[in-house]
Amino acid sequence: MSSIFTISILQSALELGFIYSLVVLALFISFTILNIADLSTDGCFTLGCAVAATVTLSGHPLLALLCAVGAGVLSGFITAFLQTRMGVESILAGIIVNTGLYTINIAVMGFSSNVNLFKCDTVFTVVRDFIEKHMSQSMFTFLVTDGWYRLIEVAVIVIIIGVILSIFLGTRLGLSIRATGDNAAMVKASSINPKYTITVGLCVSSALTALSGGLLAQYQKSCDINLGTGMVTIALASLIIGETLVGKGTMFRRILGVIFGSCLYRFIVAVAIRVNVPAECLKLVSALIVAVAIAFPYLKKNAVFAKQKYSKERIRQRKGGAC
Amino acid sequence: MLQIEHVSKTFNPGTINEKKALIDLNVSLKDGDFATIVGSNGAGKSTMFNAITGAFYVDEGEIVLDHENITYKQEHLRSRSIGHLFQDPLLGTAPHMTIEENMSLAYLRASNSRHSFWGRSRKKERDFFREQLSLLDMGLEDRMKNPVGLLSGGQRQALTLLMATMVTPKLLLLDEHTAALDPATADKVLALTRKIVAERKITCLMVTHNMHQALELGNRTLMMDSGHVVFDVSGEQRAKLTVDDLLEKFKDNVGKQLDNDRILLSNS
Repeated sequence: MSSIFTISILQSALELGFIYSLVVLALFISFTILNIADLSTDGCFTLGCAVAATVTLSGHPLLALLCAVGAGVLSGFITAFLQTRMGVESILAGIIVNTGLYTINIAVMGFSSNVNLFKCDTVFTVVRDFIEKHMSQSMFTFLVTDGWYRLIEVAVIVIIIGVILSIFLGTRLGLSIRATGDNAAMVKASSINPKYTITVGLCVSSALTALSGGLLAQYQKSCDINLGTGMVTIALASLIIGETLVGKGTMFRRILGVIFGSCLYRFIVAVAIRVNVPAECLKLVSALIVAVAIAFPYLKKNAVFAKQKYSKERIRQRKGGAC
Repeated sequence: MLQIEHVSKTFNPGTINEKKALIDLNVSLKDGDFATIVGSNGAGKSTMFNAITGAFYVDEGEIVLDHENITYKQEHLRSRSIGHLFQDPLLGTAPHMTIEENMSLAYLRASNSRHSFWGRSRKKERDFFREQLSLLDMGLEDRMKNPVGLLSGGQRQALTLLMATMVTPKLLLLDEHTAALDPATADKVLALTRKIVAERKITCLMVTHNMHQALELGNRTLMMDSGHVVFDVSGEQRAKLTVDDLLEKFKDNVGKQLDNDRILLSNS
């Protein structure tokens, strides 16, 4: 069994976990905080991926990520515009945008269903080259030889974003966004325009989704039109795993929980692959993980209740009462 | 301060559910007026409040607040200068946010600049919040990091009152804000209301079903029925009025509906 938990599996699971945790953070904003089921996530993730891949292909790895973020903001704005200014139900608005994005994503990739980046510079190769060039004599060389630089890079990016996000959610604008999902009646009475806060919230969340897609494109050096399929479910599962295991508390703790949940999910999937689950069964495994993660808090609550109900103490008392 | 002129509102016009909620409503409040409003259910008291806050736009007439015509102003823009408390204590605060965060939101109204959007609450503001909370005498000042959802209904309503008046509003609307509280807490919240309104000279409208309160609080009493004001009393005439007189008036104006409402109109 020890072969299941090799370092390299842990490493790649963590890398993917950190990359995907940005989507989970996006859902944390739209689903948990704003209380909106934003179903454009799938398409938005692919959008970020496609935009980043296309720009990377022309030789600008950093600009690619910025463009992905920009595309995400635009997509979030359209989703928000539909629901706040056009009176479209929030779930429908997400589905509409998601459908439209499919065509846009194909168009962004030059009307092809995939893009390969094998010989392009990415943010990962840029960092690798930097380390090789400037720190070749120092103790940091193992970062490149063992491939740790990728993990450190994504971890740093995600943690910086997490910190910025937790600071942002503490500003008045952030508080307004949180209040919008918490008590809409109160928000209107506090001179906040809920249309504005929903728009800002969805723009931020979509930007994170697209950034995650962009990072993934550069990480696996390819982009495929079906990359985002099922992203909502996976992100939701990670979100709930994180909230269940880390619990609620300060904003920063909740954000850390979200990142942790994402890493744990990837780790479970990696273990599933390792124990030779056939590739075609992976979606089923994912669905199972999701179902278990969502059901777990409920089962836990019921278990506590059952324990109280059937405790020896109470059974004894009941018998005593009958005598 | 507040002029409501010939305001009418009909819900679901032209359908079988048509409801004329406000009919040629005229109300005029002077600076610092504190008027209590009585009236049976469906008389249009809450509808009038919603017309003032902008939850809907009126069909006819004008609403003028402090020389500014706000008839077609958007709700969130009006709420800069209007404080609104509901009967349900859960409506006024965000349950999953801490007391401090809730107060910080209410404080947003204080500043008009966009910069404040990016600001975080500073030490000075936190001290101010703490000082305000200590006025409630409920021990909330030591629980500022607790989520509001943990507070009791009375504590939440007191906090809402504090938030609504932290930045002195031009107009304060109280929609039976003590009706859902136990008598002792209701008295406390009411005393606090009286104190704040008197200290800051806030123009205030308060709906109540308690005839005793209706006469005792404030300087004016309005009675509403079928969407307009049927009785308006202030000054000496009001001072002479007893609860029984008011009930008599109520019977005259509202007529046969009284039997249904007698339960609500406790005259204690």
